[in-house]
Amino acid sequence: MNNALLQLQHLKKFYATQKAVDDISFEITNGSIFGLLGPNGAGKTTLLRMITGIIYPDEGTILFDGGPFNPMNDTAKIGYMPEERGLYKKMKIGEQALYLAQLKGLSRAEALTKIRFWFKKLEMESWWNKKVEDLSKGMSQKLQFVTTVLHEPKLIILDEPFSGLDPVNANLIKEEIFRLAQQGATVIFSTHRMEQVEEICDHIVLVNLGKKILDGNVGDIKQQFKENKFNISFSEQPSATINAAFNVVTQNKNNLVVTIQEGYSTNDVLQFFIDQKVHITQFNEILPSLNDIFIQLVEDSQGAASRKFQAIQ
Amino acid sequence: MSKTFLIARREFLTRVQKKTFLLTTILLPLLIFGFYALIIYFSVKTGDHIQIAIVDNAKLMTNINDKQNGDIHFNVVQNVTTSELDNLIQKKQITGYIVIPENYNIMGFDTLSLKSDKSIGILTRDKIQRKFSELLEEKRLMALNLNKKQIDSIQNANTLQFTSLQGEKDSNAKAGISYGVGYFSGFLIYIILFIYGTMVMRGVMEEKMNRIAEVIISSVKPFKLMMGKITGIGAVGLMQFIIWIVLVLILTMLLPLFFPQLAQQTNNLPMQPGAMQAAESVKNSGELQGIMSALSTINFPLLIGTFIFYFLGGYLLYASLFAAVGSAVNEDPQDAQSLLLPITMPIIFAMVIMTKAVNDPNSSIAVFGSLFPLTSPIVMMARIAHGIPNGVPLWQLLVSMALLIGGFLATTWLAAKIYRVGILMYGKKPTWKEMWKWAFLKN
Repeated sequence: MNNALLQLQHLKKFYATQKAVDDISFEITNGSIFGLLGPNGAGKTTLLRMITGIIYPDEGTILFDGGPFNPMNDTAKIGYMPEERGLYKKMKIGEQALYLAQLKGLSRAEALTKIRFWFKKLEMESWWNKKVEDLSKGMSQKLQFVTTVLHEPKLIILDEPFSGLDPVNANLIKEEIFRLAQQGATVIFSTHRMEQVEEICDHIVLVNLGKKILDGNVGDIKQQFKENKFNISFSEQPSATINAAFNVVTQNKNNLVVTIQEGYSTNDVLQFFIDQKVHITQFNEILPSLNDIFIQLVEDSQGAASRKFQAIQ
Repeated sequence: MSKTFLIARREFLTRVQKKTFLLTTILLPLLIFGFYALIIYFSVKTGDHIQIAIVDNAKLMTNINDKQNGDIHFNVVQNVTTSELDNLIQKKQITGYIVIPENYNIMGFDTLSLKSDKSIGILTRDKIQRKFSELLEEKRLMALNLNKKQIDSIQNANTLQFTSLQGEKDSNAKAGISYGVGYFSGFLIYIILFIYGTMVMRGVMEEKMNRIAEVIISSVKPFKLMMGKITGIGAVGLMQFIIWIVLVLILTMLLPLFFPQLAQQTNNLPMQPGAMQAAESVKNSGELQGIMSALSTINFPLLIGTFIFYFLGGYLLYASLFAAVGSAVNEDPQDAQSLLLPITMPIIFAMVIMTKAVNDPNSSIAVFGSLFPLTSPIVMMARIAHGIPNGVPLWQLLVSMALLIGGFLATTWLAAKIYRVGILMYGKKPTWKEMWKWAFLKN
């Protein structure tokens, strides 16, 4: 029907005390990098656990790779790196990677070739006989990433993949994520770090309190949430800044932030300053950062929830 | 390759390759061997000599010095003052002395006292008491003018020959051996359940706290993970036991080499029921011979076969419960203690029934205990040592085995459901009520 690798339809998961996931639906396009965002306790982990087949939804269906999700067989096509990293501390790194790969269904020989390939690529070859407890946090993070993508999964789920990594290694992993996506893998990326989301993701879904509150393309969302603000810079301070075409929001010497009034366009603003013969060095629209949108939406939905809660009381 | 097998293999290899495994597997039997060697060494070797002087003012204790042997020596002396004896005690030449007053009536009830400088241990006291009573007893019998033959026949304890309906001779030694073997194997299973059960529990807790459980469970069903762990650790236990049994067998075969006296004692000492002083050691060697012959009457293939069955059955039954508890525990290992209680209770209860069952294998509590799957692994071992059908009728054994298999399936099913939820739950410690709820959650 379409190019979706994963479709969630009206998923619900209720625990005794809370609705962890309350009627969430979305779909993830094949080969895209998808951001699943939400504050702590929003239901992200529950959602991811349902997608990985660790737990089952109370209601709703998951379609994976063109058919109903079958945890028994489909887990081999999924690589999951949970937020809480876990490795056997006393086990040697090579053996550990081999063991986890075999659990995903690879044969020993296949697994060995792939581990060698990845270890070489990420400069981990000398680690083979070290134990996990001897590794730094960043190093074990790299190992965890390798074990997640080793079996060439169609769907890679990464929960906070960069936490604890230095910028060099973070970049290394980021490039690998892009490369895997180019090769056709679909990546679900769950994080609180909005600047990473802006940089990496094509499409995002924001959840809070078990409900989806935002779903869309990163660019579209920014357009949707823009406040019609523009930034203008000049080489010297303009003599006049009062005009019917715009309102000044802030002025900082040679720099103006303005909102354009109804019925006027950006050209009217520019014309005003051109007529003054001041030299314009920069003119651009201010788009909200995902961070701002995130905070605004989460606060709104929480406010709504607590208002509702008070009303019930 | 099946994933359960992969998991079991990892569990097995990581444990077997540890240094502590080699240490406990090889060192423990050596320690046990050394311990028994010491006991035997001390029991074969005549201990410290205890010299007791008897100041025989009544002239009762004639002609006894030549018959002395063993640890305790009575020296009959006359016309020695107590101060001289006190002196001898100080010089450690004698341990103590008994004064028999001149007018002492051998048939009377007057108590005598033994003086010594230090307090004598309870076992030695008992020995001295017994030996002195024997002395007095013989002298009393002599005072009645009985001859040697009459005295012997009075002193001959006519032992009862216990025979079962099947006409088998059932010697005391055999009953003792059955008791010992039953108690030992029951106790062994008790220990196994605890050692390997807690090993499973700690393994599960480790996985949960390392947070690797979530990674594994995204590729393997929780049930497979649990079963892999249980079979892997069970294989470790089985291997450890096989090594122990082989080692113990080799060492017991070597035992006579180290202690030639032991073999001599069992073979060479003739039976002399008349000689009172030799009687004790003769009795000992007779018992030893009895033990040897009784040991050979025990049906070892049956015993070992049932032992392995109940070892595995009991382990599998309890291991899944231990795994469920491990999965429910969070950061604080102390939580395990309180959650373990409902599991340790039936094991301890079984131990209590077992101590009754070794004495009376056909009592109703023993029959119940050996059929009920939570207690049968321990209790049945106590009964089976008495043999079939004396200790346990065949049908009861078969029913017990069937119930154990059923019990194992039931606890595993229940534990797997608790495990599946618990392994992913973080936060506060669950109560048993909550865990019970998990067991009946759908999916």
